[in-house]
Amino acid sequence: MSEISNWKKADTFFSKYGIYCAFLILVGALTIAFPPFIKPSNIVNVLRQTAVNGILAVGMTFVIITAGIDLSVGSVLALSAVAATSLAHPGEYPLILSLLIGLLVGCACGALNGVLIAKKRLAPFIVTLAMMSVARGVALVYSSGRPIINLSDSYNQIGGGYLAGIPVPVIIFLVIVLSGVFVLRYTRFGRYVYAIGGNELAARVSGINTTRILIWTYVIMGALAGVAGIVLSSRVMSGSPAMGEGYELDAIAAVVIGGTSLFGGVGSISGTVVGALIMGVMDNGLDMLNVSSYWQQVVKGAIIVLAVLLDKRSRN
Amino acid sequence: MRGISKSFSGVTALDAVDFALERGEVHALMGENGAGKSTLMKVLAGICKKDAGQIFLNGMLADIETPKTALDLGISMIHQELSPVREMTVAENIFLGKEPCHRFMGIVNTGKQRQITRELLGALNLSLDPDLKMRALSIAETQMVEIVKAVSYNARIIIMDEPTSAITGTEAAKLFEIIYNLRSKGIGIIYISHKMDEIFRVCDTVTVLRDGRYIETRPADQLDHDTLVKLMVGRQISDMFPKKNVRTGDVSLAVEGLTKKGLFRDISFKARKGEILGFAGLLGAGRSEIMEAVFGLRRAEAGGIRINGKPVRMQSPRDAIRHHVALITEDRQQKGLNLKGSVKDNITLVNLKKLSRLNQFIRFKTERSITDTEIGKLRIKTRDHRQLVHTLSGGNQQKVVVAKWLLTDPEIIIFDEPTRGIDIGAKAEIYKMICELAEQGKTVLMVSSELEEILGLCDRVIVLYQGRISGEFERSAFDQERIMKAAMGNEPLLIHN
Repeated sequence: MSEISNWKKADTFFSKYGIYCAFLILVGALTIAFPPFIKPSNIVNVLRQTAVNGILAVGMTFVIITAGIDLSVGSVLALSAVAATSLAHPGEYPLILSLLIGLLVGCACGALNGVLIAKKRLAPFIVTLAMMSVARGVALVYSSGRPIINLSDSYNQIGGGYLAGIPVPVIIFLVIVLSGVFVLRYTRFGRYVYAIGGNELAARVSGINTTRILIWTYVIMGALAGVAGIVLSSRVMSGSPAMGEGYELDAIAAVVIGGTSLFGGVGSISGTVVGALIMGVMDNGLDMLNVSSYWQQVVKGAIIVLAVLLDKRSRN
Repeated sequence: MRGISKSFSGVTALDAVDFALERGEVHALMGENGAGKSTLMKVLAGICKKDAGQIFLNGMLADIETPKTALDLGISMIHQELSPVREMTVAENIFLGKEPCHRFMGIVNTGKQRQITRELLGALNLSLDPDLKMRALSIAETQMVEIVKAVSYNARIIIMDEPTSAITGTEAAKLFEIIYNLRSKGIGIIYISHKMDEIFRVCDTVTVLRDGRYIETRPADQLDHDTLVKLMVGRQISDMFPKKNVRTGDVSLAVEGLTKKGLFRDISFKARKGEILGFAGLLGAGRSEIMEAVFGLRRAEAGGIRINGKPVRMQSPRDAIRHHVALITEDRQQKGLNLKGSVKDNITLVNLKKLSRLNQFIRFKTERSITDTEIGKLRIKTRDHRQLVHTLSGGNQQKVVVAKWLLTDPEIIIFDEPTRGIDIGAKAEIYKMICELAEQGKTVLMVSSELEEILGLCDRVIVLYQGRISGEFERSAFDQERIMKAAMGNEPLLIHN
């Protein structure tokens, strides 16, 4: 009897925290297979590699909880990067201006997405698919298809610098995660995001300005794509119109692995962070184990399916 | 069908009902909403499983487990809400799942399919192009295709659930012709409708159900309109309704000439403080739509709304909430609740602004204690405030919606079908709550399809028929039969007392 109930307890524990357990198991396995994996320097490395996807995934969590999707984040990232770097040549403009423009470009793309989705009632998939193409196109036109190089040192510090021994991208990622958790959990806005994803009509009947909340959700996503664009371009010290391709799918994958429902209404930032970390750890670990990048893609796909299966089981 | 019983999560829908259909007979199944007509037919069509009872076909015991076995036995049901595959043609819809195929490779023989469709249509004197897409057809034509589809299954019994609820008079005449035609071919037809004139026009026999029980079967020519109504509603009203006489106060809500094309026309009424004003009528009479317009969820094209004498504009639910109007919607799953959210998330949703610092940062302690108070006050059966709403019973879900709206401190409360799908116990509690609200001087509007609760609770009832007010009765002049008549469109007088 007690054995059964213990099993049951273990089972409910596992289904509740399954994704966290899976993460720990993955880390453990990689450590056993390749002990240097767990060295602090490598952990910092993993975090730095995860930062860009993680930043995007936090925004994507908001979007997906409203039962939406944003396919344009990779392109918006590139457009923001190109816009910011074009103002970041040494000795031209103050750093803050290039950063603000980068952010603003992201916000503008997000706002346009949001207005079309919330006001014109177009499907998020279609709107952001169109934005994916438009933003990429504008980035190519603006940069004449060439990467923007020769950036000021201060700009390059954002992606390459350290603060108290921690890489700046990791700090930015951390701040965004904490803000995301706070907004989603402790504010009215966050509660409304869940309410809209759970039942948009009921939310509207309850007097929520669903249009405004939805627009803001996409603006937040756009702003975070802008941040990701700045971080990535300063890390590689160039703003390329080709960067960020396929990043939208990585961000969506992190969110889904983290247990957020694509149907909306359910999800958490903490899950998403673990989802992003699982993907980052895998990239890093498989590299260290000299697994070919071709096989890495296969493994990544398998992990996504496994995570969603696990999640589905925990919901029943 | 003999002794058919069925209950849904403890609520009895059918209680040992008998029903017999002759070959080549049009048999009306009558009763109020919730009397069990649709459930009985769903049992016959294999959509619902019966708890007890037996079904005989041609004297043989039939075991109907699934819609498929029903179809194989020659039983087809034409639902009130039709669901054709809109992007497919007429012929493709009729042959869906049984396409005539070439002998090799299973390629669909479209020529043969088209030809058979044409023959089937011809046999019923219908002139429809088999290659038309379903979405190009009117509702009446879609219905015809459904009937042809039923015939194509060699149906011996065709069930029609409110077939004329969404079609015009001339289209209905065409439908009746088809029904006569089917009858002459020996097909038995079970006809569910609220429209009395139709029953007497097309039906041979009438069976009445009430509260899930079999009442009576009679040949239609031995019945008249009044007798039939009496059979349908005739019951005593129990003391489930703790109605007190409340002295009504000033007019709090005045609606003047509210109109929305195709839904409702020239709706005017006044409601007073402390009054419970009922809205009766059949499904589709426009009652919910009017309430949604009063609440700002739907915009009216013409007409005005006054609250406490002042004209107000209701452009969105936010306007309504600002003017202390609450709407407990008819469909709690669609419009009332976030089923994925917790009890707490749902109860405080409308009031979240007041529960937040700087309008944005939620005060968790206050939120929790308010939620717990509401859970206690309305006796919501839940583990705690964190339980997800979709795991609650219907009655408790409804209480969550009510709690959510009572928290907004409303002066005018609209209940749309407040007791649909909930058990007797929860019903009684909701009735009590409605009466208490009136005693506190609130204005209550209540839409209900259950005449019993209208008669039991309301001070006054407005009856709607096809989007217009077709009758108004004060409590002292309540008369079930006249209300029913008005709901069916043949009581044009306004009765004031």
